[in-house]
Amino acid sequence: MFNLLSNISKFSIPIVILFITSYGIFKKVKLYEAFTEGAKDGIKTAIRVVPHLTGMLVAIGIFRASGAMDYLCIMMSPLTNLINMPAEVLPMALMRPLSGGGAMGIMNSLFQKYGPDSLIGNITSIMAGSTDTTFYILAVYFGSINIKNSRHALPSGLLADAGGILAATFIANLLFS
Amino acid sequence: MINYIWFILIFLGILTSILTGNVEAVTDATIESAKLAVHLSIGLIGVMCLWLGIMKIAEKSGLVEKLSILLMPLMKKLFPDIPENHPAMGAMVMNISANILGIGDAATPLGLKAMQDLQTLNKTKDTATDSMCTFLAINTSSVTLIPATVIAYRSAAGSINPTQIVGPTIISTMIATITAIIAVKMLSKLPIYHITKPDIIRRKL
Repeated sequence: MFNLLSNISKFSIPIVILFITSYGIFKKVKLYEAFTEGAKDGIKTAIRVVPHLTGMLVAIGIFRASGAMDYLCIMMSPLTNLINMPAEVLPMALMRPLSGGGAMGIMNSLFQKYGPDSLIGNITSIMAGSTDTTFYILAVYFGSINIKNSRHALPSGLLADAGGILAATFIANLLFS
Repeated sequence: MINYIWFILIFLGILTSILTGNVEAVTDATIESAKLAVHLSIGLIGVMCLWLGIMKIAEKSGLVEKLSILLMPLMKKLFPDIPENHPAMGAMVMNISANILGIGDAATPLGLKAMQDLQTLNKTKDTATDSMCTFLAINTSSVTLIPATVIAYRSAAGSINPTQIVGPTIISTMIATITAIIAVKMLSKLPIYHITKPDIIRRKL
């Protein structure tokens, strides 16, 4: 089963590129011209993202470096006990919607401290795979088209993260404790 | 919403740093984060160009339409207000496929393309439509088949069985996505999330 899965992940990118270009040439598309035409938009899009990315990363950087994130975790420990989550995992759960890089950093430090095969290591691993950086995606996606009122996108995204975090905690406790 | 969260992160962060005498760390983090933002964005240009270029080939060859047909019954249910042949559908299908396959780098530009296409259908340009919110929610719940990054980190940390989390992750990510869809559909019905339409006075003579 894993061999199949690891092969899928290993081959997916080259196969997608090979398939799309082959199909294009078969359909008589001017491949190179089409590619460069599409690629032009890549520069515009990447540059348009800079202000939003800066705003978000700076705010999160301040919150983390000040130690405020640590206090938040202590305050929320009654909640983590309730759902059988080791308190050490909470910073990861809180960081995950805010910053992918930050969450990976926390996951790695937990791996170093408790080992990747520990309950803590397994919970964080499953959590990392089943949630995403909601604030980042929201800021970048909506920022790129100048949406100011995001309506129910943020609460929905955060509820999805909460669902993923709860599911990860429950499944890991069930299988690995 | 995002305005308040942004302010609260900065306010509480700086307040904490003053109370704990941690101000210098905050100064460093501020400068470093700003640099990181540009670093990440510049790093994004190459990958963006690559996937938008490949995407254009798929678009011109009619491949995106073909792919969309497969997922269309599901997509129609999730996005009832998007016309069937609209380019937004294609971009969203491709973005979701890229996410499922774990090609995260490809997913972002495709997602941004989808947002631009969705914006052409938007009547109030500064306010998100129901479809945009649904697409965002599905995106942030990250349907993942292969958590490749996590497996790599686990192996690096010396795990005896780095892949034992694959099955649990698939189940957990599906629960997250189902939560996202239920949440987005239910929250859209709340009065506070209704779109306030601009007053257009139409007079027929």
